[in-house]
Amino acid sequence: MRLEPIADPSPMRRVLPVVIALAATVILAGFLALVSGSDPMAVLGLIVKGAVGSKFAALETLNRATPLIFTGLAIAVAFRARLWNIGAEAQLYAGALVTVLLGTGALPLPAPVLIPVMALGAIVAGAAMLVGPALLKLRLGVDEVVTTLLLNFVMLLFISMLLEGPLKDPMGMGWPKSAPLLKEARLPRIVSGLRLHWGFGLALIAALAVWLLDRHTVAGFEMRAVGAGETAARFAGIRVPRVVIRTAVLSGGLAALAGFSEVAGLKGNLTLDLSPGYGYTGIVVAMLAGLNPLGVVLSALFVAAIFVGADSMSRAAGVPTYIADMLLAFALLAMVLALTMTRYRLRRA
Amino acid sequence: MSGTAPKSRPVALRLDGITKRFGAVLANDAISLEVAQGEVLALLGENGAGKTTLMNILFGHYTADQGRIEVLGEALPAGQPRAALDRGVGMVHQHFTLAENLTVLDNLLLGTRPLFGLRLNRGAARARIAALAQDFGLAVDPDARVADLSVGERQRVEILKALYRKARVLILDEPTAVLTPQEAEALFATLRHAVAQGLAVIFISHKLHEVIGIADRVVVLRHGRVVGEVAVADTDPARLAAMMVGAEIRSPAIPTVAEGAVALRLERVATQGFHPDLVNASLDLVAGRITGLAGVSGNGQGALAALIAGLAVPVAGRFQIGGRDIPDWSPLAAIGQGVARIPEDRHHAGTIGDFTLTENAVIERLRDPRFSRHGWIDWRAARRHAEGLIYGYDIRCSGPDARIRLLSGGNMQKLILGRALEESPAIILANQPVRGLDIGAVRFVQERLLAARARGAAILLISEDLEEVMALSDVIHVISDGRLSPQFPRGSMSAADLGLWMAGQGFDHAA
Amino acid sequence: MSEIFTIIASVSLWVAMVRIASPLIFATLGELLCERAGVLNLGIEGIMVAGAFAGWFAAYSGMGLWPAVGVAFLTGMGFGALHALLTVLFGLSQHVVGIGITLLASSSSYFAYRLALPEVTSPPKIEAFATWPVPVLSQIPLIGPVLFSQTPLTYLAYGLAIALALVLARTPLGLAIRAVGENPTSVEAQGLSVAGLRSGAVIAGSGLMAVGGSFLTLSAFNSFFFEMVNGRGWICIALVVFGAWKPGKAVAGAFLFAAFDALQIRLQQTPLGAHLPYQIFLMLPYLLSILALIVTSRRASVPAALMQPFRKGER
Repeated sequence: MRLEPIADPSPMRRVLPVVIALAATVILAGFLALVSGSDPMAVLGLIVKGAVGSKFAALETLNRATPLIFTGLAIAVAFRARLWNIGAEAQLYAGALVTVLLGTGALPLPAPVLIPVMALGAIVAGAAMLVGPALLKLRLGVDEVVTTLLLNFVMLLFISMLLEGPLKDPMGMGWPKSAPLLKEARLPRIVSGLRLHWGFGLALIAALAVWLLDRHTVAGFEMRAVGAGETAARFAGIRVPRVVIRTAVLSGGLAALAGFSEVAGLKGNLTLDLSPGYGYTGIVVAMLAGLNPLGVVLSALFVAAIFVGADSMSRAAGVPTYIADMLLAFALLAMVLALTMTRYRLRRA
Repeated sequence: MSGTAPKSRPVALRLDGITKRFGAVLANDAISLEVAQGEVLALLGENGAGKTTLMNILFGHYTADQGRIEVLGEALPAGQPRAALDRGVGMVHQHFTLAENLTVLDNLLLGTRPLFGLRLNRGAARARIAALAQDFGLAVDPDARVADLSVGERQRVEILKALYRKARVLILDEPTAVLTPQEAEALFATLRHAVAQGLAVIFISHKLHEVIGIADRVVVLRHGRVVGEVAVADTDPARLAAMMVGAEIRSPAIPTVAEGAVALRLERVATQGFHPDLVNASLDLVAGRITGLAGVSGNGQGALAALIAGLAVPVAGRFQIGGRDIPDWSPLAAIGQGVARIPEDRHHAGTIGDFTLTENAVIERLRDPRFSRHGWIDWRAARRHAEGLIYGYDIRCSGPDARIRLLSGGNMQKLILGRALEESPAIILANQPVRGLDIGAVRFVQERLLAARARGAAILLISEDLEEVMALSDVIHVISDGRLSPQFPRGSMSAADLGLWMAGQGFDHAA
Repeated sequence: MSEIFTIIASVSLWVAMVRIASPLIFATLGELLCERAGVLNLGIEGIMVAGAFAGWFAAYSGMGLWPAVGVAFLTGMGFGALHALLTVLFGLSQHVVGIGITLLASSSSYFAYRLALPEVTSPPKIEAFATWPVPVLSQIPLIGPVLFSQTPLTYLAYGLAIALALVLARTPLGLAIRAVGENPTSVEAQGLSVAGLRSGAVIAGSGLMAVGGSFLTLSAFNSFFFEMVNGRGWICIALVVFGAWKPGKAVAGAFLFAAFDALQIRLQQTPLGAHLPYQIFLMLPYLLSILALIVTSRRASVPAALMQPFRKGER
């Protein structure tokens, strides 16, 4: 057996594998419902209803999608340039940490100034978290997969240390959480009365900006070129190390914005459970989107819908909520396979 | 037509009506041939004639759509890579198939013991290898790491690998491409030795003189079909060439061109980090002149090409372009200084396979005001540029949005050539510009290079094909172990003279 | 300072070191096997979770402890087969598939755990492997109590390390695995199956990772709980690099790492620990791993074809 590239894939060929992958995911969902002793159709219905069945549910899905858009974009730009950033979780927390440091009274500024300063600080912190591993990769050839992965654990312990130490909220009844942000430091809601904050708007703007960068600027072209053919990129005069660092800054910064938006938009303080693995789920989001920045928005909405829907279904039907993680992991593998099968066919020798 | 072995000797290998289709392409069309024990059969054909596909079928990597294969009178099961090896068919590939970090001994032993056996039995193997080396004149240290061996030694390991598996049929794919003329003679001596002991040899080549020098019989392939079969005694190079390409080959005419100033000068330059590095290399590239670089592959061509392409910097000596020292040398600086670069590896260095033709056409010049302003790309201008190249360089493709990966090697090379020459460069680095191309593309590339020469470009032509270098160059340097010979004007040296320099002789006196 | 000397002089530190090292040895050897064949297996973290769960669940359901280890091994092999299918046959990105396998293996373990025990708040316990001092050997002063008064799974880890080193260096199979990680065409040209060797290495290696995971539930602790693997898999990947892809050095690395881990737990109990936040000590193993990667980065012993998919007919 071997893979053979298809010169001119038909429209059918481009779509069918993706449809099959999604169908397989749905079938798996039904199967998991069945082994949990529930009616598959009812469980699927509950997931959909829980995700988009009411205004409250839909807003919850949009809120859940917000950090995923940021981390998905972070992964997409990094993977496109073949910078294997598995440390979005740490970068997210770095962004959240700076947001709390700046937003709890350290800077006596009005909201229109304070919020951009906080965002910028978060970006710098997230970028720094990834520039280190990127430099180690460039200078010493240290695999960034392992360094970024391990930094996730270091970062979480660091945050835990701060939350039990200097950052601990004196009014927090002993819980390890930070003091709440000042009112000026909170992101306003997009429509007053609706529980949806401007972090979501910022995420959409970020996706559009990354798409423009990717498709229409020299800098974006260079990032894609380094990922698609590093040797050729270097040969063509592209300064590869510079591009890798630039990619690291962008990717780390985007992941940090997820932390910024969660703290300033949604939670209002920093806790150790700020992110239930948004940094890792960002990988799923980015891959489902085929690393396309605009696709990231759609896949983040899809992934958020599954999480929100599964949470609500789990309460109603008793199927363990881990079904969401399983389905997404399966969808990730099925989708990377499907995307390959749109361009290759498997042949006997 | 089919190739038939002399009736007097038993047939070692018979291919009968082999047909293989890839999509719309008929790669092998009812190919039949035979080789007898004790015979050297040359398989002659251009790139794309179907030689590689045929060998892949023989070794079970592909299965033929039709046809059968017999080894020593027994049918060979299709699609089983082990079968051919077990029946005594051995192959020396053009690209060596050795694991470089393992020893010679381990490379030889690989796959020769039952996979789940408990012992490798290196001692017994060592003794057999010593005996084989003695018998065939193939001396190699069995405990050396392959990475530490020269190219010639590696080829000996490849041949030993086949002999160690008791090969009765030995197939060599372009074996002399990596050898000096003198080393090639030594290889031929080994082959004659093998034939005398009853082996059958298939010698795949497109070098006519070699074929006549070593083979008993020649089978010519073209467009996947056997188009001719002759005894070597009854033919000559010109007739073989005509059979191979289906027409008379003309060497390109080289008009006289007035030479100009020195465009690029190396003075006692050294590099760092290559195997081997340039040492004390001096070279002038002169406007309106093709400077040919002859040499066996892996003798410092890589370092010289990297240096001129901007990928390496000189660590000693002077490096001048247009009479001025260049302080910060890089690919970007090379492009800025008007150095057009045609890289050796068009798939990895020359193009990005998943990028479109348009993207590949502008990748070197994207920051140019023609294609971008303030960092924003003008895709319409880029597309127009690509369309201009497609038209001007006759690139066969579905359009400027086609992914480069889907183009043939020749069309890929035309894009690289067009991208480089369209900028009217003062200096051109052409590293193996025609390797692996079919004859039409070869001619196209050579004509465009000669046109650039006529326009006054200074060209460095690097090739491992001595005939090509001698045919096109105004002056020739030989490179050996990182050292550059003095420059020899066209016609002042024979191939044999150059061969001595390629083997490293002459440098001591010159230095 | 004197407390530190007391700790280092105590046998219990070194016994703990061996106990902490044991799961790492299994998983590190498993990863090493995959990487020597040219496949980076980032599924390791999740496969360890799956092994920990499957082994525990088998024992909890009434199986014997050794059959439970077998169940863990088979579970790991299953995920390894999926990894091999996607990365070896289809040539997909080893990074993405590995992360995907980790997510799939850990989430399906948690899913199955919740399914089996919906209402449980404190995880049920099992009768884990007891320490079994090896006759004679455990009587050796110093070495005996440390190396040979452990659970049988630890002895299995010793044996496995020796066996893997011997297989790689001395047998036809080991030679073929090393060759396929260096240059797959060399293997193909000698009539061996690249896909078969790589898949076999990934499947067997994944099985070992799962056994490493099951050590946590069947030997180190006696129940399964969430986040119990806690980055050990990623540490093992760092250990393979640190060990320069050699079994002996990798095992030495595992012991070194474990010694440090055992030390930091004890340092937390000292006056020094009272002054420093405990998180500092917990961070050290991860920081140490990063440091080890940096120190060993210049070595060129990485298998030449690591992470390079092999597609027939493409050169």
